[in-house]
Amino acid sequence: MTTVQLNALSKQFHALEAVKQLDLEVASGELVALLGPSGCGKTTTMRMIAGLLTPTSGDILFGGRSVLAVPPERRGAVMVFQKHLLFPHMNVADNVGFGLKMRGIPKTELDRRVSAMLDLVQLPGFEGRRADSLSGGQQQRVALARALIIEPQVLLLDEPLANLDANLRLEMRRLIRNLQQTLGITMIFVTHDQEEAVMLADRVALMVGGVLHQYDEPRAFYERPQSTTVARFFRNENFLAGVKRGNGVQTEFGRLEVQQSNGLADGPVLLTIRPEHIQLAPTDSMADANNELPAIVDAVTYMGGYLQLQMKVGKYAWTVHAPANTKAQTGDQLTIHLPPAYLWLIADDK
Amino acid sequence: MNRFLRGSAVTILIVGVLLPILSQVIWSFAGSWFFPALWPQQWGVKAWRYLLSPSSQVGVALWNSALLACTVVGLAVIIGLPAARVLGLHHFRGKQWVTWLITAPLFVPTLVVIMGIHILFIRYNLADTFMGVVLVHLIPALPYFILVMSSVFANYATEFEETARTLGADPLRTFWYITLPTIFPGLTVAMLFTFLVSWSQYITTVLIGGGRVVSLPMILFPFISATSHANAAAVSLVFIFPAILILILTSRTLGASSDAMGSIGRV
Repeated sequence: MTTVQLNALSKQFHALEAVKQLDLEVASGELVALLGPSGCGKTTTMRMIAGLLTPTSGDILFGGRSVLAVPPERRGAVMVFQKHLLFPHMNVADNVGFGLKMRGIPKTELDRRVSAMLDLVQLPGFEGRRADSLSGGQQQRVALARALIIEPQVLLLDEPLANLDANLRLEMRRLIRNLQQTLGITMIFVTHDQEEAVMLADRVALMVGGVLHQYDEPRAFYERPQSTTVARFFRNENFLAGVKRGNGVQTEFGRLEVQQSNGLADGPVLLTIRPEHIQLAPTDSMADANNELPAIVDAVTYMGGYLQLQMKVGKYAWTVHAPANTKAQTGDQLTIHLPPAYLWLIADDK
Repeated sequence: MNRFLRGSAVTILIVGVLLPILSQVIWSFAGSWFFPALWPQQWGVKAWRYLLSPSSQVGVALWNSALLACTVVGLAVIIGLPAARVLGLHHFRGKQWVTWLITAPLFVPTLVVIMGIHILFIRYNLADTFMGVVLVHLIPALPYFILVMSSVFANYATEFEETARTLGADPLRTFWYITLPTIFPGLTVAMLFTFLVSWSQYITTVLIGGGRVVSLPMILFPFISATSHANAAAVSLVFIFPAILILILTSRTLGASSDAMGSIGRV
């Protein structure tokens, strides 16, 4: 258990800058998600933390001490990969006990601790099973047990839920959360799935193209995105340019009232609102209405719990989530209402 | 269809491998056997007695051949394993050229190479020595080893090693506990190939060894051109015996991991 601090961490592979000037602080016992599309540098970052890759520049500190000179076997950052989880030529007990064996723990104590750890991941009595006779979820739990048994400083998980089906994901999520809280271990995991990041992590670090875009609590990525990239990654593509003046933003559709300024000064800004926060207004209410915009329906998709409407708002393409019983067809002219409490401002980054 | 294929394979195996060996066994015990007889007119153990006598040099040659082959295998592992790993796991500029250079000895006639190398070996006092012969055997043996092992590494997941490192295994123990067991079946095949390539070298041993390093083929070949068929048969049985023995001993490893054999053609 330790704090992890990355200072201006960079990694260059020939011409490719995989990670650029990454600053990140993980508190002791915190569960942090490194989120980003594939090739954004998140796995490279994990490998550097584990000591499997040497950074081009920058520093990595565990508990305030640089670990750059410490080889992976003594660094105490255990990595659990997404694929190739268990050593195929060993049974479950040998897999779980591997780290202890490397530390020269006597056989009797090793066996006892392996059994205790298998109980903890809810696989009691699996010691003698072959690695390849286990299901995906069981393999993942054995891999977790193998990592946790040496009481690592930091546990690094690469896409821990990616290869599991929906039910197992939920179960695994609960297990990871529980273990993390009972053992109070510092965990960093990598994922490309924003839902996985949001449901598991205390804090999420969104990386795109090797650059950290936002490091925040999960909720903030939905409610307070700091750039269009962040908003887009969390499936919000509703943007509208305007000029902020006081509590309002002057747009091509008139003045819209906002309640949060995101600390931005008066001047050009981008307005944004999540699809689920937009309301459809009755068509005849145009006169004297506040925060309402005209919109034309482009496409309607039934999503199960709701209707997804692709809309044209002026020159912008917006998405609106409407109740499933909404009557809307392609070509309909509607009025949408943007509640001031949900409108959010982003610095115009163009 | 399957049964037909298996049947054909067994037939080819018997006709192509076992029958010639059987005929050698018969020949080695033949006292006299002249055309047109289908069976030796006289039986005898003269050939075997000659073989076991010190004057035949078979014992020394057997020892030399085994020592040569084992040294070649050892060096091939030390040189070839890192090379194969890089070729199998990494992509880099000029990789095709490196691969081509490594496999070139398989295409260039050995005699041509030896002629050139001989002068060099004389200059460096390697001609007529055991180490010289080992080095010259490595020329045709190493490509086989590297080809087999690089295809093993092409299907190899480094994540296992990385996991082991983060769990507390230093590089040496990672190799011992993780890498070696994983590549073991392929390594067995590669070492077997290398051993047999060295075992059956004749021209290279004769030219570089200069008659000072006597290997089993050097005893065998003169017999074949000479008239004593029985002696030749006896020596050739001694010659193929280790090969068959190794094959039987390793067949369990090979059978257990068909992908080790199956992946040979992939690189």
